[in-house]
Amino acid sequence: MYVAVKGGERAIDNAHAWLAEERRGDLNVAELSVAQIREQLSLAVNRVMAEGSLYDPDLAALAIKQARGDMIEAIFLIRAYRTTLPRFGASAPVETADMACDRRISATFKDAPGGQVLGPTFDYTHRLLDFALVAEGEASAVERGEARAEPTPHITEFLNKEGLIQTEVDSEDVPGDLTREPLELPANRPLRLQALTRGDEGFVLSMAYSTQRGYARNHAFVGELRIGKVPVEMEIPELGFAIEVGEIELTECETVNQFQGSKTEPPQFTRGYGLVFGQSERKAISMALVDRALRWEELGEDNLGAPAQDEEFVLYHSDNIQATGFLEHIKLPHYVDFQSELELIRKLRREAMENTMPVQEAAE
Amino acid sequence: MTAESNRRAWMSLLAKAPADRLNALWHAYGAAPKFHWLRAPEIGASMVRGRLGGTGAPFNLGEMTLTRCALQLESGEVGHGYVQGRDKQKAEIAALVDALMQGPEAAAVKAAVLEPLSAEMAEVKTARAEKAAATKVDFFTMVRGED
Repeated sequence: MYVAVKGGERAIDNAHAWLAEERRGDLNVAELSVAQIREQLSLAVNRVMAEGSLYDPDLAALAIKQARGDMIEAIFLIRAYRTTLPRFGASAPVETADMACDRRISATFKDAPGGQVLGPTFDYTHRLLDFALVAEGEASAVERGEARAEPTPHITEFLNKEGLIQTEVDSEDVPGDLTREPLELPANRPLRLQALTRGDEGFVLSMAYSTQRGYARNHAFVGELRIGKVPVEMEIPELGFAIEVGEIELTECETVNQFQGSKTEPPQFTRGYGLVFGQSERKAISMALVDRALRWEELGEDNLGAPAQDEEFVLYHSDNIQATGFLEHIKLPHYVDFQSELELIRKLRREAMENTMPVQEAAE
Repeated sequence: MTAESNRRAWMSLLAKAPADRLNALWHAYGAAPKFHWLRAPEIGASMVRGRLGGTGAPFNLGEMTLTRCALQLESGEVGHGYVQGRDKQKAEIAALVDALMQGPEAAAVKAAVLEPLSAEMAEVKTARAEKAAATKVDFFTMVRGED
């Protein structure tokens, strides 16, 4: 028997009205503007853009405000909005070698051309709470140096000149798109990278950490980490030529990993690659480590049975919107499902009792 | 520079321009040419691609918002606006500038809108590069021992 249950509209409306009031908080405290969130919580904005898979800082800031700072809820809002947008086209692959770098460091080469540029980093801070921020005030003026005019070359290209690192072969293949076709396994590397770049930062971080702790051990050096802006170029069909349709901030990480060589390849370094919207270096490094771990088969390495080597495990659990959707649905009404479970357990108990009773009677 | 590469350059500049500055410069220029829409402003997205390892095969990184429109001036020039973000007015101004840049007003529009915009954007970019340069590490070697 199926019993449809109606009702709850009034309770739902009232709950949402209260939610709006709680979102606003104490009326004696000034309301946050979307522009304030965009400018002053920019790393939260970056995370929402990366995992929401849509580069638009104003929208991401709005989503954070609406979600009361719940990042996954904000990402959910962006994903939902994204589906309403018509797609005008796809860009030419961004040229990260031409990036205007705010930050560019290498853990492998001290004296790389372009140098070690720290940028606005948390590194080397003492992680002590700065109570000066409690008081409102202006930041002190920032030192300036002499601007580098020429592009900063990729560090792995120096290794490549000696043939010491695996070459990334260019191709003009149209990459598969997870947002258009359901993910099928085995996935190729372009699909894996799409899943990782929009994957949950915490999940990708933990997977990467597991490889460092020995599950699919792959000792990685950060060959290069760079953060900065790149132009996005797209072919405009009605014009017959490409223009730059915008500019986005990206974080790119290339790791350099040992590789013993195989029957066809001499010993050389291999790469893991991370590229993420915004200033998101923890995510970009994590992505590069997981990318490298997932390449075991292509590189002829052993499958050690480690979670980070398991493409199905990683790709099917990296998306926090899929995960939270399935996880959170169990709190919604399951009255009918549970009714059948209840009847089943009563029936099993009745049968179990009937089976034990005759034994007791015989004993008596 | 060919006509096409000139047009690519100004359209690219308009696409990346801060909407408030483009708006202010356009209104200061004060033109209000009559036009009709070929395509009313429309918000959409472009799938941004990256390359494996920065140099290899392409992959889909995620989308970015875009607004586009097309219009025709009474004098006949067709202007296209393709701009970053979701600002329909910015797309309209970009299309108007694109159309005017193909007609007799080109030099005036260039001087009043494009050149100041380009200079301001270059200044912002240079300021960031200068701040980045100040965070470049100068390594020095500690000499130990007497000789």
